[in-house]
Amino acid sequence: MATKTTGKPAAGKNARPFYANHSAAQLKEALRRMYLIRRFEEMAEESYVRGLTHGTMHLSVGQEATAVGACMDLSNADYITSTHRGHGHCIGKGAEVKFMFAEFFGKEEGYCRGRGGSMHIADPATGNLGANGIVGGGLPLATGAALAIKQRKGKDVAICFFGDGAQNEGAFHEALNMAAVWKLPVVYVCENNQYGMSVSTARSTAVKDVATRAIAYNMPGVTVDGNSIADVNEAVSAAIERARNGEGPSLVECKTYRTKGHSRSDRNRYRSKEEIEEWKGKDPIPAFEKDLEAHGIASRSEIDAIREAVEKEVQDGFNFATSGTNPTPDSLLRGVTTTDDIAMGVEA
Amino acid sequence: MSDIRELSFSAAVQEALAQAMEADERVFLMGEDIGVYGGAFQVTGDLVHRFGEDRVRDTPIAELGGAGVAVGAAVAGARPVYEFQFSDFATLAMEQIVNQAAKMRFMLGGKVSVPVVFRMPCGSGTGAAAQHSQSLEAWFGHVPGLKVVEASTPEDAKGLLLAAIDDPDPVLVFEHKLLYKVKGHVPAGMYRTPIGKAVVRREGKHATVVAAAIMVHKALEAAEILAKEGIDIEVIDLRTIRPIDGPTIIESVKKTSRLACVYEGVKTLGIGAEISALVAESEAFDYLDAPILRLGGSESPIPYSPILEKAAVPQTDGIVESLRDLVKGRI
Ligand SMILES: Cc1ncc(C[n+]2csc(CCOP(=O)(O)OP(=O)(O)O)c2C)c(N)n1
Ligand SMILES: [Mg+2]
Repeated sequence: MATKTTGKPAAGKNARPFYANHSAAQLKEALRRMYLIRRFEEMAEESYVRGLTHGTMHLSVGQEATAVGACMDLSNADYITSTHRGHGHCIGKGAEVKFMFAEFFGKEEGYCRGRGGSMHIADPATGNLGANGIVGGGLPLATGAALAIKQRKGKDVAICFFGDGAQNEGAFHEALNMAAVWKLPVVYVCENNQYGMSVSTARSTAVKDVATRAIAYNMPGVTVDGNSIADVNEAVSAAIERARNGEGPSLVECKTYRTKGHSRSDRNRYRSKEEIEEWKGKDPIPAFEKDLEAHGIASRSEIDAIREAVEKEVQDGFNFATSGTNPTPDSLLRGVTTTDDIAMGVEA
Repeated sequence: MSDIRELSFSAAVQEALAQAMEADERVFLMGEDIGVYGGAFQVTGDLVHRFGEDRVRDTPIAELGGAGVAVGAAVAGARPVYEFQFSDFATLAMEQIVNQAAKMRFMLGGKVSVPVVFRMPCGSGTGAAAQHSQSLEAWFGHVPGLKVVEASTPEDAKGLLLAAIDDPDPVLVFEHKLLYKVKGHVPAGMYRTPIGKAVVRREGKHATVVAAAIMVHKALEAAEILAKEGIDIEVIDLRTIRPIDGPTIIESVKKTSRLACVYEGVKTLGIGAEISALVAESEAFDYLDAPILRLGGSESPIPYSPILEKAAVPQTDGIVESLRDLVKGRI
């Protein structure tokens, strides 16, 4: 998705900025990406159950508004760093699901040539520096990307997604401090789904809101409803603008919830069924649809058409991936270093 | 034969933890999601219900802090057992393990001890890719002040862990994830498997294989296949990576005159290099009838693709072939 619209705004001046600053096409594309994330993940889970993928996977069902709302004003030149729960970020930043499925099935056509899998899904071409198997691993990386942008006097930004659990790693504190001291163009977007695996933020974290911690690093920190794409986008947009203007980093905390288990082995013994059901009722997708209809931006039949197109894209992507190419053991050293690649004749 | 109980490897580890906590109130567990979740691999299971949240303590996601707090508690008289969810995450805690835990006793003139235990689920084969599949035993084996153990059987998993908890020094206990479900005989009592002692799992006369953890199982499988061809392999289960049991290895090589080291960690600068050098420097050198063989992990991170993941570490077929070559012409 390109930067803000120069075309006709989707809603009048009196509408909130999210609707006034984006075109109808941009907003419908945002909805499409939210569906795409949802349906991709449901299909990925099904493939897992059918034994088509191995390893583990972390689903972000219920958190789609954060991924899409934070990415929708970025260009491919802007960076993101993602997390172990990274499918949404990847699609939000513009990846194609067929190459993601191929990665899950361990195929050469996959984004990481089958070397990375779900936990390392990445598409550098769209500015996505990758999901991460290490909680907090992306925090210094995004900060470093922002430093490089600043050194080359660019106008791009880096968006760093991280979870509530990651805020207790040392990397969080070290990275935010440096970003503030050096006024780097980075936006830290916390997806606070209220648990790091089984441990609630109440049990793990000394402050109630992650955003409070911004005070310690002398940067703006706000807490928004992570299930409202409008709330997320407005807060992240303001932070991006600050970053592009050379005013330094910000922290945006998006309160949300993962309605699926942490990973495939989760028995949900640390939370109640009622809590999960309550949050299922706050599904960000129908809420966004309702808003689009209310603003007269998309009709019900347009919304249905978007859903159907996504369904086809997911099915086609799945089919593409199942007929992909398996890597061969003689390529084991491919990509380890450039020296290895030169030796194998796969790098000029 | 009063005691022929079978337990899984993970149940054996859990039993060791429970017995140690029962026997000594200074012993407590720390780690991420070890409480109500029961641990990433369900090793601590329901222990939180038995011993309470104080002694089965969920930490925030903070390995450097968590491991370091365990080290500090150990110096001050507690007996902490810290679980890394994956041993890969010990890389985030290297400072406290390598700079503090390993050196404190030495730097303070031997006046303190650091009785901390780190549990380290390791190894590939689960499809968890490059950052959740490493075998970093050799890294820690390189650090004076640390002890490093790694069981291949449920019996030793329990015995080595109990020995580690007793030990006044920091001990890293590696647990290969693919072994958690493996069952075997586990005595019910509170016994210890001595740290620093390897064991001969299979006697043979044509070659010695030194292996640890899951590679012991693969080496034994290979030995059975080769036995049908008249090739008789001796298999040593290392059990302790540091300090390595030189005498057991040297005695065996003097008998068989051939040595192969089989390990999952990256081949270069790994456990096999140390064992080879140890034999080459010893009186067993004169007994060698063939160059020493090392079979280790590939010079790459562990890939996600199941095909590549399998190819990245020694497998039984490859071990069979290599051992066949090693003894060729001798029998
Ligand atoms: C350094 C590190 N420690 C622990 C883990 C295991 N782990 C993976 S995800 C996770 C929970 C992360 O919580 P949070 O940051 O809130 O993200 P969420 O899973 O809720 O999206 C844990 C403990 C890991 N991958 N890396
Ligand atoms: Mg979380």
